Amino acid sequence: MMLLVTSGVAPYLAQAESILDVGDTFIVPLLLKLAFVLGIFFVGPLVAGYLEHKAMGRMQHRRGPVEAGPFGTLQLVADGIKFIQKEDLIPSAADKWVFAMAPGVALVPAMLALLVIPFGPGVFALDLELGLFYVLAASSVSVLGVLMGGWSSANKFSLFGGLRAGGQLIAYELPLILAAIAVAVQAGTLSLVGIVEAQAEFMLFGTGINLWYVIPQLLGFGIFFVAALAELSRPPFDMPIGDSELVFGYMTEYSGIKYAMYMLTEYAGMVTMSALMVVLYLGGWQLLPGVPLPGCEAAGGLFDCGVTGTLLGVGVMLGKILLLVFVMVWLRVAYPRLREDQLQRIAWLVMVPLALLNLALVTIAKVVY
Amino acid sequence: MAPSAPPGIGLLKGLGVTIKHLFQRPSTLMYPHERDVLAPRTRGVIALMDENCTVCMLCSRECPDWCIYIESHKETVPPAKEGGRARTRNVLDRFAIDFSLCMYCGICVEVCPFDALWWSPEFEYSEYEMGSLLHEMDKLREWADTVPPPPPLDEGAVLPAEVSDALAKVEKERELAAAKELEAKQAAEAPAETAGDAPKKGKAAEPEIHVKAGEIDQEAFDRLIAEGKSERMARSKAKAAYVKKEKARLLAEAEAAGGDAEAESPAPKAAEVKVDAGEIDQETFDRLIAEGKPERMARAKAKAAYVKKEKARLRAEAESDTGEGTGADEPAEVPSELGASPEAARQALDADGAATDDDAAPEVAAEAATTEAPAARKLGDIHVEGAGEIDQEVFDQLVAEGKSERIARAKAKAAWVKKQKQAKLDEEGGA
Repeated sequence: MMLLVTSGVAPYLAQAESILDVGDTFIVPLLLKLAFVLGIFFVGPLVAGYLEHKAMGRMQHRRGPVEAGPFGTLQLVADGIKFIQKEDLIPSAADKWVFAMAPGVALVPAMLALLVIPFGPGVFALDLELGLFYVLAASSVSVLGVLMGGWSSANKFSLFGGLRAGGQLIAYELPLILAAIAVAVQAGTLSLVGIVEAQAEFMLFGTGINLWYVIPQLLGFGIFFVAALAELSRPPFDMPIGDSELVFGYMTEYSGIKYAMYMLTEYAGMVTMSALMVVLYLGGWQLLPGVPLPGCEAAGGLFDCGVTGTLLGVGVMLGKILLLVFVMVWLRVAYPRLREDQLQRIAWLVMVPLALLNLALVTIAKVVY
Repeated sequence: MAPSAPPGIGLLKGLGVTIKHLFQRPSTLMYPHERDVLAPRTRGVIALMDENCTVCMLCSRECPDWCIYIESHKETVPPAKEGGRARTRNVLDRFAIDFSLCMYCGICVEVCPFDALWWSPEFEYSEYEMGSLLHEMDKLREWADTVPPPPPLDEGAVLPAEVSDALAKVEKERELAAAKELEAKQAAEAPAETAGDAPKKGKAAEPEIHVKAGEIDQEAFDRLIAEGKSERMARSKAKAAYVKKEKARLLAEAEAAGGDAEAESPAPKAAEVKVDAGEIDQETFDRLIAEGKPERMARAKAKAAYVKKEKARLRAEAESDTGEGTGADEPAEVPSELGASPEAARQALDADGAATDDDAAPEVAAEAATTEAPAARKLGDIHVEGAGEIDQEVFDQLVAEGKSERIARAKAKAAWVKKQKQAKLDEEGGA
């Protein structure tokens, strides 16, 4: 940071203030931020899961949940209560400690990633200078939990699932990171708040038209989206679970609350990855390119927006996240699962070269203009 | 990649298909809240009309699962006529179907020669214990109330033999009646100054005699129940009693309006009126004995006299009924797709049945068949769309009577459909 400040390369010297930093005490902002992150972490997956239930149901001419709560909205809460009541089975041959710890190891990184993602003007827990790096690093730890679960279950299906997950996550981590690097190159910062700000200021070359990064980096966005799907083991990239081949992959031996934790990881990952894509490519909490939020026209329409502007910003951000989650569900309904060899072939022969090409193009463009 | 289409088009097409289906109506039926209208031949549960059962054991023997249990004993029936032979008859003691074994093949329903077994579309009789799936006679009897009327024939189908026979009969009767009417008219026109317009008046009044089936005579019903008859039996008899009463009332009204024209109205053929032979006319007998005829001849003649007299009496009674029968088959009355004639035949049958059961004392089952079945079939021609609505009144009443909720619902459903159909029928009749 000192380097950036002294060299004057980065235009975002000061870290943005979070609106959760109230008062002079240490404890109040801390509790507020904890509540914020945990709230997003537990409510977001519920909403995403409900959306998946309903959208998938309607696409298959069903209604989805209807009985639990109004329009079935409490279905996942009921499921959670059910999971808690179930017997927590551990296979006798299992490596008990590893087996018990694995779901937590998978779950916690998904929560940690939410720490730095901005959900509105000033609505974030932390604005890390290395935000993007931190998010990608944290989300990569999840695969450890999956591998641990697969290995410790003492079940060949679990082992297959865990190893498939390991191979898949390594293969797709590369294009994911390469695509994200291209965004960081264009924005000139790794701070997620800074990237949103950079998108608000990015003009199409030679014109005054404000654009989000999704337009100049359409290729990168596509790569990132597909790689994110694979990272999350979402269909059509759900070979680690592959219920028609591997029973339920690395989750075969899990039941009760531990199984619920794995499922929560998946849906929290969907929310996190969608939020990351919104921040990187879709302009974060901006309503439209070049349109400032009401109440904060002064600061580029990004900060200090007052109550209405802030709420609107958060709403816009959540709306974009849900839109991306919906697309993930849509893809799940439309496409069948790929074969394991097809998955690896696509990763190494298509995704990685395309991501490198994208990075090269962006870098050249950045240098030229 | 196929050279015909650019790469990725198939993927987009797939997305298009799924998004299109997102906005279509889900085909879910919210089952416990709304219910499907099941096909009339749905194999839900097997119902028993035990009065039709002769304990022939065919169903039990044909059952591939051997899930039908029948127990019976023999009873001696005294001879019908004096000097006849006493007969034995099987009386059903137990009839049970174990639905935990039943595979719903329907062979028992197929083989039953006396229509004692029926398919009912009710299917909600799951139990917590397997043993409770053994339905005894009373339960099977209750299912019989949920058996729907048979569906109407396909268009252009050959009529069942009994219907075509009845049709021919009615046609013949009509021709006769028309001939007689013509005669009566000619006779009436000759002494025009005496009878005048009276016959016309009478004819105008007759078609108005129309009795709606489906209502019951509460008095008769209560009496029969008090006598220990089954509810179903009592209902059907009470229904018949109501129809009879109504007809009598309407006839009296028509008579008041038509005056002496009643005598001119067409009478049914004498052969139509059935009279139990075997009794004799005491008066004739005495007279002939006094005349010195041998006893045998006197008895024979007296018997003939009795039959003649009785027929004359019955004909006088039946006149009003057949008048009603022919009056009711106005085309506007007929909602059936089958056309006017079968409907007319049915109504004529209906009237016929009502006429004969005055004195002929038919079998109990036969009575139920003549009074109830035609009415149900008439209603059966009407199709009512329903999503399992029930008649709340009936439901409440049945529940209050201590029936199980399931039975109450089934019955209330049937009551609702009946009501709807009646309403439709009335509407069409009005139009």
